[in-house]
Amino acid sequence: MVIKLKYSLEIRNLAVDVDGQHVLKDVNLMIEKGETHVLLGPNGSGKTTLLLSILGLSRYKVVRGEIIFKGRNIVDLPTDERVKMGIGIAFQNPPIIRGISLNTMLNVCMGKKTTEITDDAVKLAKELNFSEDFLTRDVNYGFSGGEIKRSEIMQLIAQQPDFIMFDEPDSGVDIENMELIGKIIGKLLERDLIPSRRKKMGLIITHLATILDYINADRAHVMLKGKIACSGYPKEILDGIRKNGYEKCIRTCQEQ
Amino acid sequence: MPKNDKQDGYYKEDILKVGFDLEEKNRSGSYLQIDHSVLAEKSNLEDIEILNTVDALKKYDWLKDYWWKAVSPDKDEYTKEVDINQNYGYFIHVKPGAKVEFPIQSCLFVSKESTHQNVHNIIIVEEGAEVHVITGCSALHGVNNAFHIGVSEMYIKKGAKLTFTMIHLWGPEIFVRPRTGVIIEENGIYISNYICMNPVKDLQMSPVTYCGKNATALYQTVLYASEDSKMDVGSVIYLNGENSKTEVVSRTVARDDSEATVRGTIIGKNKKIKGHLECRGLMLSDNAIIHAIPELRAETADADLSHEAAVGKISEEEIEYLMSRGLNKEEAASVIVRGFLNIDIKDLPKQLEEEIQKKIDISMAGI
Ligand SMILES: Nc1ncnc2c1ncn2[C@@H]1O[C@H](COP(=O)(O)OP(=O)(O)OP(=O)(O)O)[C@@H](O)[C@H]1O
Ligand SMILES: [Mg+2]
Repeated sequence: MVIKLKYSLEIRNLAVDVDGQHVLKDVNLMIEKGETHVLLGPNGSGKTTLLLSILGLSRYKVVRGEIIFKGRNIVDLPTDERVKMGIGIAFQNPPIIRGISLNTMLNVCMGKKTTEITDDAVKLAKELNFSEDFLTRDVNYGFSGGEIKRSEIMQLIAQQPDFIMFDEPDSGVDIENMELIGKIIGKLLERDLIPSRRKKMGLIITHLATILDYINADRAHVMLKGKIACSGYPKEILDGIRKNGYEKCIRTCQEQ
Repeated sequence: MPKNDKQDGYYKEDILKVGFDLEEKNRSGSYLQIDHSVLAEKSNLEDIEILNTVDALKKYDWLKDYWWKAVSPDKDEYTKEVDINQNYGYFIHVKPGAKVEFPIQSCLFVSKESTHQNVHNIIIVEEGAEVHVITGCSALHGVNNAFHIGVSEMYIKKGAKLTFTMIHLWGPEIFVRPRTGVIIEENGIYISNYICMNPVKDLQMSPVTYCGKNATALYQTVLYASEDSKMDVGSVIYLNGENSKTEVVSRTVARDDSEATVRGTIIGKNKKIKGHLECRGLMLSDNAIIHAIPELRAETADADLSHEAAVGKISEEEIEYLMSRGLNKEEAASVIVRGFLNIDIKDLPKQLEEEIQKKIDISMAGI
């Protein structure tokens, strides 16, 4: 008998500790094949923690619950195995690694065992509005805020994950690059295809709505104090937050 | 090149690893010495002369003016030993204005048990000339209890440039004492690249460079200390001339029970001098030791001297960044160490570069 595994990401009753602090309390989330969701919420509410827990970084200790990706509970897998299953992320604050060029990172993402600059890398650089020289710079060393965002997204294009998380891809980005980033993320998540054709899944953290002009997300969630306090249509939730602030928006949302 | 198959058989592989190419592809000349025998001393260009220093001293009376002038024979017991009991060494003379395209290669090889190889080398780069010398020092695999003492005196004349790349590939039972002095005249440039990746019983060296007016000295050092190796490597730079400058960069990795001492001393003596020391160490074991000793001494008010030193372990955050792009923990660590040791050396022979990469890959397994 062939069991057809469900192509989705499902988080059930997830609780996560960071350095002994209970940061995520009871998170439930379901992203189906082809869907892109938006994660909103005030500073310090636990958004980044959720993404890095899905990625499986060692500081994020799952104390309860499950993360089921493509039908498999991945909470005990090391990060690289999750990545090999098709998970990818654009970090909010990636580290600088001296001696490792952006080009080397791209080769790692493409699974190429070379340090040479490949045609693919040159093409990617162009697509992201980088000069070829930029590829030889140590990754994230002296990068501007906007350059970090583009470099992270470039690595994801090289990697082509099935489920992609973006941690504030739009903060600190100028208007021109906002359009560029918006369009590229949209393409990465196959938002340019008709819904029935989409396979890729996405989860985007943002404080701004601008990015949503380019990516019409399927669903939005608002995180508050380590829980998803409310979910709904992105437009409605955003309008609610804009008009009434997080707290009130959540209250009305929960009353409904 | 010597056409002795038996000899080729046993040392070929070892000397290839230090960048010595028997086929002489893209080389301007070669010097090869095994134990106490000179096997090759040959230049492919008119502008370069390559000889052993014993013959060179007989041939050129003027060479006396360079003999023991950058290094004192009384410096220590090792220089004394070379003075009393010398076993050749290379003499490389580059004529004025010659811009030598391909590197000159040299290899000093120890093949026999209990050998004392005491060489005395001289490099003279005449006014306006430019050359790259790649010298590999190595020992036959498994040789025990051997000594290598190498005195090197380098003279860089006005406006000349010497790039000197030295690769050490000794063995866990070899005792090594290089003694180097470099004199750079006005507007001269000296670039030193030093790589030591393999275990060595005991290595200690601290080349001394004297910079004249507007002279530049750049040092790049890569040390990979493993097993029970003891390495003590430094450089002493005298900024004697006005407007002379130096930059000393070192990268040290220590693992197992090794001990690496990394020194750097800049002495600023004249107006508008500028010097910087950068010393970074990566610890891969609790039993290893890295001791970084950067030293600055200004003897003029018009000095700009600085240093930065940092020793630590591989950062977990960096490893996880690479893991989130699909590498496992070991692969990530080896990519980071490779990046850490990655210094830019122009014209580094491909063979050598591959050897360095391979070395890192092998040694990173199980970290
Ligand atoms: N090492 C730590 N020790 C204690 N608390 C921590 C640690 N790391 C994170 N936290 C806390 O966890 C909470 C959630 O942080 P997180 O980075 O997930 O917030 P966020 O929603 O992404 O915020 P922002 O919008 O500012 O990026 C914060 O209160 C933060 O201070
Ligand atoms: Mg965050």
